[in-house]
Amino acid sequence: MKVLACIKRVVDYNVKVRVKADNSGVDLANVKMSMNPFCEIAVEEAVRLKEKGVATEIVVVSIGPTTAQEQLRTALALGADRAILVESAEDLTSLAVAKLLKAVVDKEQPQLVILGKQAIDSDNNQTGQMLAALTGYGQGTFASKVIVAGDKVAVTREVDGGAQTVSLRLPAIITTDLRLNEPRYASLPNIMKAKKKPLEVLTPDALGISTASTNKTLKVEAPAARSAGIKVKSVAELVEKLKNEAKVL
Amino acid sequence: MTILVIADFLEGKDGKTLAAATLNTVAAAAKIGGEINVLVAGQGIGAVAEAAAQIAGVAKVLVADNAAYAHQLPENVAPLVAELGKGYSHILAAATSNGKNILPRVAAQLDVDQISEIISVESADTFTRPIYAGNAIATVQSTAPVKVITVRATGFDPVAAQGGSAAVEAVAAVHDAGTSSFVGEELAKSDRPELTAAKIVVSGGRGMQNGDNFKYLYALADKLGAGVGASRAAVDAGFVANDMQVGQTGKIVAPQLYIAVGISGAIQHLAGMKDSKVIVAINKDEEAPIFQVADYGLVADLFEAVPELEAAV
Repeated sequence: MKVLACIKRVVDYNVKVRVKADNSGVDLANVKMSMNPFCEIAVEEAVRLKEKGVATEIVVVSIGPTTAQEQLRTALALGADRAILVESAEDLTSLAVAKLLKAVVDKEQPQLVILGKQAIDSDNNQTGQMLAALTGYGQGTFASKVIVAGDKVAVTREVDGGAQTVSLRLPAIITTDLRLNEPRYASLPNIMKAKKKPLEVLTPDALGISTASTNKTLKVEAPAARSAGIKVKSVAELVEKLKNEAKVL
Repeated sequence: MTILVIADFLEGKDGKTLAAATLNTVAAAAKIGGEINVLVAGQGIGAVAEAAAQIAGVAKVLVADNAAYAHQLPENVAPLVAELGKGYSHILAAATSNGKNILPRVAAQLDVDQISEIISVESADTFTRPIYAGNAIATVQSTAPVKVITVRATGFDPVAAQGGSAAVEAVAAVHDAGTSSFVGEELAKSDRPELTAAKIVVSGGRGMQNGDNFKYLYALADKLGAGVGASRAAVDAGFVANDMQVGQTGKIVAPQLYIAVGISGAIQHLAGMKDSKVIVAINKDEEAPIFQVADYGLVADLFEAVPELEAAV
């Protein structure tokens, strides 16, 4: 079967971001960008499904700026067969991304679509669920285990109280949690080979999708700073401070 | 304006009980202003509906009790919420695993953008929410005819669970997409207070060295009546179950007192606990980033300090 893995280019998870002085957003000039960590897990899971003989082709797709080609090449180096970039310079909402992905799903007809559960920049945790709604497919969100059997997929999900397993009819949508797998590193020969793999570039217009949004970000501010407190010398002093100064015990 | 709040509930050993986060979500609805209705969708949810009717400020409780809604499968619950929600100005749910699972599906069906994990209500159409693991706060305005929003529970003080007397109305609509089914669940059992609602949280990280050593934290937590959390490092190393993880990808807590033991304080962990009132860090590495946010820091070996602390409180 064909698997579609969706990835996003985001600021690297180790970067401590700074809010712009005019409060228009976060300063991303000259900041290290990478594949969203949850998306890496999505690609890894697709590759493992191929290694198990479950998947026959892996198509990796990203919606974003021209530079997102770097992350698509990374996914190709990790084992995806071909890539699609839907190029858009705008900052799209999750719904707009889900609509564009729906158009790609219609075109490619994958049996399984794997996304990360959330992007570490917008922290929305929406796109997979929205794509599932638009396609009418079942959704297995926050997946920590995925088993494809016949025309169904069993997904173990991380939920507040522990773990839950659901069975979905294929085609289905899965969003990954951190514990689904440990992504591999791309080897140099694979990085070289990835440069020759096909990468198709589309636009929202070509797909006939409007990316208009009902949300508008008015401003972005730095959170209230929390300053370092004091160092205590002993447990006794700590307990005394908690009781008498902070009054939380 | 009329606001629909989706009730979340937990299935524990006492049967199904209303999730505490629902009270914080009603509080957010009260800040928006207008009539508040609560939808309880599930199977065998009479007790939850009764509890929902007693929440202060709730005017009406809609109850959809049907096998199709068992375990809150989003493929079946989302069409119900979308259908009922059309007549409302806002649809709110707590940003719990159920809320996060269901609500974006509802928003897409209504063809509107969702606003996730709001921490404040500026006006009926403007809200704030953290982005970049809490390192920036965005103010977002929605022009959607129905505003679909998840609420970060720690951003709002809960309304009273008692004192209301809402009318209870049954909903007959049944949606069964037939695309998904529930197979089973494995819930972690604990007598300690629920992590996201606990007044005191004691968390352990990689410094605990193994799962067995968490007994030191359990002993301290039991003495304090605290919940026990963990960093991702501790969960990935297999020390404790993943539902104890605090952080950007785990649970968000804001207790009165957060005690971080053997946790370095990575950005992703801070995202889940930096709104705690008082933060205590116990770590033997005095350069650990956790000390930059801790109100009280103790540079010490946790295996000596934690038992000593337990004896002293």
